[in-house]
Amino acid sequence: MMYLSQVAAIIAKDIAAELRTREMLSSMGVFSILVIIVFNFALELTDRQIVLTATPGALWVTIIFAGMLGLNRSLAVELDKGCLDGLLLTPVDRSAIFFGKALGNALFMLVVEVVVLPLFVVFFDVPLIQPWVIVIVVLGTLGFAGVGTLLSSMAVNTRAREVMLPILLFPVAMPELVAAVKATAGAMAGLPVSEWQQWLTLLIVFDVILIAVSFMVFEYVVEE
Amino acid sequence: MRPKIDVAGSVLTIASAALVVTALALVFLWAPREITMKEVQRIFYFHVAVDWVGFLAFFVTLVASIAYLRTRDRKWDILGAASVEIGALFLTMGAVTGSLWARPVWNTWWTWDARLTTVAITWLVYLAYLMLRGAIDDPQRRARFSAVYGIVSFVTVPLTFASVFFLRTIHPALFAASTEAQGRMQFETGLGSARMGMTLMLCVIAFTVVYVALLRSRIRLEQMADRVARLQQEIVG
Amino acid sequence: MIHVKGLVKSFGPTMALRGVNLSVSEDQFVTVVGPNGAGKTTMLRILATLSRPTQGVVQIGGRELPQGAAEVRRHIGLVSHQTLLYGDLSAEENLRFYGRMYNVSDLDARIIQVLEQVGLAHRRRDPVRTFSRGMQQRLAIARAVLHRPSLMLLDEPYTGLDQDAAARLETVMSTVGTEGRTVVMTTHDLERGLAVADRVVILAKGRVAFEANRLDLDTAAFKEAYRQHTQ
Repeated sequence: MMYLSQVAAIIAKDIAAELRTREMLSSMGVFSILVIIVFNFALELTDRQIVLTATPGALWVTIIFAGMLGLNRSLAVELDKGCLDGLLLTPVDRSAIFFGKALGNALFMLVVEVVVLPLFVVFFDVPLIQPWVIVIVVLGTLGFAGVGTLLSSMAVNTRAREVMLPILLFPVAMPELVAAVKATAGAMAGLPVSEWQQWLTLLIVFDVILIAVSFMVFEYVVEE
Repeated sequence: MRPKIDVAGSVLTIASAALVVTALALVFLWAPREITMKEVQRIFYFHVAVDWVGFLAFFVTLVASIAYLRTRDRKWDILGAASVEIGALFLTMGAVTGSLWARPVWNTWWTWDARLTTVAITWLVYLAYLMLRGAIDDPQRRARFSAVYGIVSFVTVPLTFASVFFLRTIHPALFAASTEAQGRMQFETGLGSARMGMTLMLCVIAFTVVYVALLRSRIRLEQMADRVARLQQEIVG
Repeated sequence: MIHVKGLVKSFGPTMALRGVNLSVSEDQFVTVVGPNGAGKTTMLRILATLSRPTQGVVQIGGRELPQGAAEVRRHIGLVSHQTLLYGDLSAEENLRFYGRMYNVSDLDARIIQVLEQVGLAHRRRDPVRTFSRGMQQRLAIARAVLHRPSLMLLDEPYTGLDQDAAARLETVMSTVGTEGRTVVMTTHDLERGLAVADRVVILAKGRVAFEANRLDLDTAAFKEAYRQHTQ
């Protein structure tokens, strides 16, 4: 119980700090809008078929890039004024720190997605606000936030900070991305679940594996 | 003072050379001729051998990474990093040989099927690993982070393969060309398959020995660099 | 309380600590001085469980590091030259957060108590970002004593403070921070360091170069010893 309360405290702290400045959310939000506008010009809006085919990919690219902004910022905040050391000084379990940061990151990504999805609907006229699509987006976000938190906690401690995270993250997140995009495409087209179910299963399996591995090695990253 | 002769290293070098020459001979002179692809098919032996080593190297790094986190012994860090460097080299050769084979056979330099995608992603992981190492000054932190990344990124190899594999089963039409090419090879002489099998085996062994030889050299180089740094410290401090 | 034997810490080829032996008994106040690069911060970080020894034995409260680190952390408070505080949160929110991490029992009352002790109760709702450096250090002390640790580690706490702020900090520290506790403090300020200590240690080039009880030493002798051992 104490464990959960500590995880909750870490999430609450991140939310409270973000509400004061709103830096992370606003940069993630603005960035997403920019990406959507660029896609707007890149995709031939006249051909409905192209729009439908390309939207799942465009959506996830937007989510991932915006997500990385958030991940970078979230860990950078801990490094500032040595706050991560402050956390490590406490007897709190290192894995609790991982879950707290990862869930916090996932939460911020979800907030941004609440803005991004309607924007896609508005600009591209695609049926994204559906229960299954939302489930898939949440699942993909969780996996991405999990492994992203681990990797950004390494990236933020290197010389090439911001550049390092995408380099480390993309190869690792690739399978998750493929599964998420294919599942989204299936759900968005309104196909029966049985048709794209493999992708949903894969997504869940990938989530479990990525989060489990990240959680197990996190302590080696933060502890000297 | 005469430097000690590196016996093991010399043996490995000679063995590698001998094996590679033998492999070349077998591939071009002894291995059977394939009916459809003719001589071009011979690159398959090198391609498979080199790809195999490229992935073996990753497994070695995985083991070294886990060992480092448990023991914090520098030797595991050296092994892991050396293996990635050499693995990247082999995987690059694998991609190039694969392209050279693909072009005349499928009329394309590259396809995004399960195997090739996995090769590409693994190559990116190697690159990321090396860039990560390059961006950290503190040796302990560099070793620790490399080990962590080595473990986490290894997971992506089977996962990537799985995800693209499912892509293939669901959309077979896109990959008809590769299915037929990767599937059946038919040979001219009666003992075709047997000879192919043995040639392939020898190629794989030959390149594995080359890998071990290169790995050993790279490890020794790093160990010497460590010694130099330590001596420098002693003189200055 | 603290027992350090043959402590070695190396960063690759560089040896920050080359075999440090140190013993600190309960309720003792030990000041460690030394030039930059002597290894003071490195040693303190190891004692704070933030860093692992490369070789040697480190025991705190009978528990050996790094294995017993989790248990040891409950009893340690660290004041470093970084404040370890979240700038966007208020003083109270910072303390509440750390209190929960340490699982402090009577948290609400305790927060008010330490804030009053460091003289910051009137600023408790203000974001830490708006505090002066001296105030931030005082809040850092509040954070460090929140969970009632038996060992206080202070790493150059007077850095970046002017005379007034430093004096104020010293008062707060002696009443709140260090009373009834074992303390290890590193500092560049020889006079102040000697004045508050029971024992002084000079660390140079990763080793203990000199040790003495405060009662056997006056300021001049201490300065002379410092000059001698840090040539």
